[in-house]
Amino acid sequence: MNGHAAIEVEGLRKRYGEREAVRGISFTVRRGEVFGLLGPNGAGKTTTVEILEGYRERSDGRVSVLGMDPGTRPAALRRRVGIVLQSSGLYRHLTVREAVEHWAGLYPAPRDVDETIALTGLEEAAGVRTRALSGGQQRRLDFALALIGDPELVFLDEPTTGFDPAARRQAWDAVRSLQELGKTVLLTTHYLDEAQALADRVAIVKDGAILAEGAPGDLGAGAQRFRVTWRGEDGEAHVRETADPTALLHEITGAALARGERLHDLGVSRPSLEEVYLELTAGDATAAA
Amino acid sequence: MSDHAIDGVRPADRSREAVPWRRAAWRQYRLERRMFWRNPSAAFFNFLLPLLFLALFGAIFSGDRDTLQVIVPGIAGMAVMSTTFSALAMNLTYLREAGILKRVRGTPLPTSAYLAGIAGSAITNTAVQVGLITVAGTMVFGLDPPRDWPALVLFVVVGVWCFAALGVALSHAIPNFDSAPAYVNAAFLPVIFISGVFYDADDAPRFLRDVAEVLPLKHLIDGLSGAMVAGADVDHLLALAVLALWGCAGTLLAIRGFSWDARRA
Repeated sequence: MNGHAAIEVEGLRKRYGEREAVRGISFTVRRGEVFGLLGPNGAGKTTTVEILEGYRERSDGRVSVLGMDPGTRPAALRRRVGIVLQSSGLYRHLTVREAVEHWAGLYPAPRDVDETIALTGLEEAAGVRTRALSGGQQRRLDFALALIGDPELVFLDEPTTGFDPAARRQAWDAVRSLQELGKTVLLTTHYLDEAQALADRVAIVKDGAILAEGAPGDLGAGAQRFRVTWRGEDGEAHVRETADPTALLHEITGAALARGERLHDLGVSRPSLEEVYLELTAGDATAAA
Repeated sequence: MSDHAIDGVRPADRSREAVPWRRAAWRQYRLERRMFWRNPSAAFFNFLLPLLFLALFGAIFSGDRDTLQVIVPGIAGMAVMSTTFSALAMNLTYLREAGILKRVRGTPLPTSAYLAGIAGSAITNTAVQVGLITVAGTMVFGLDPPRDWPALVLFVVVGVWCFAALGVALSHAIPNFDSAPAYVNAAFLPVIFISGVFYDADDAPRFLRDVAEVLPLKHLIDGLSGAMVAGADVDHLLALAVLALWGCAGTLLAIRGFSWDARRA
């Protein structure tokens, strides 16, 4: 397979007793890219990521992270990845600086402590005990601890869930700074705008399977349907969807010409990521209702 | 700028070689010590309570040499149990439920070095306490110095292993941190009362003696008593055998049930 890939997943499956949480997921994350797993809660995103992080064993499939099998928990792999878990605790009685310093000592070639604290915007909180941090600050400390080992690959599992808008923006900035440092990032989120804002490529996951994959801007393009919109002479708006816009346009314009009408605001568009996402995950809302 | 490198990890050292095990364990140990002293309530319960008991009972039975000869080894045994069994059961439950174990699991820190640091910190508490109790017994309460030092060390070591393993094993049974004190005290308090920490266990009713006979603490106290008090007649082999049996069972359960992840609510 491709030697430049940071993560390769092929036919990944995970069963918990009778329930299959992950049903044959395949994707590839290239080095230096931010890859987003986007989907509703319970889609299998965290299970997938925790298999890649080495926390869970897979039931079936092939997985390679930086060329290694995380299932065997190689120490060499843990030296080269940083993990931000969905939720994880901190030593309450340490200050931010002490925690970052201690974590630095776990890695053979750590980043500079001060620089990492600055990068994650924690300078002012450096002397504060971790139990006194706000939720947003704790999340930034999670980032700092994941970054301090100077990893090539960073896992971010729902990095902004439960955040207020300001804290979300700060977390986004932190992810963008990872990107600027040339890190590969695997991000899970159930926020569409987050995937759109941060990810180079997105896979939409639902019920343990990938429904669509591509750059956020292209995901609509990759869809098999085009939307043709126009207004007739009477001003009434029309929308038709088709897999073959050429034929549909020919039909519509031909009919209009035959009637001697002009079509206003004629346009062909591809569905936006939001539309694709809502459509693909629609079954979930009805099932939950 | 980054020359205040952490414990010799210099920025120039860009190799991806592992941090040596000994250094990793030592750093974890020092971190545990620092955190221990920053948590005053834990420091009190784990550290001062047995010493407070010793002071109180020492004052009450001041001059009553026979009773003090029972109480000093008894409180030493209790100190071994509280610094290992109680402390580790509480600590590991907290670390697991707070998600710290899971976070540590994602770093290159070897599991064995991590657990060695935690256990080493607990054992430091044991050593300091047993040392203080021994010194206080001699200097303050006028008992003779321990007559058999090797036996004293042997029983402290075996006791630490036995109760540390049982403490880790108990943490697997504790569903969440809020209930940890209840679980720990439900085991710790009855055991210290029936095992003769505060009185001679041979004076207890028959059925309580039988229960205590099966449990490890009475045998640890017997062993400590034999080592510390001149003239005590103790079957060291029986005591060691019971402790070893519990130690093996505890070790097996500690390893088998170990979970890095918080229990699902």
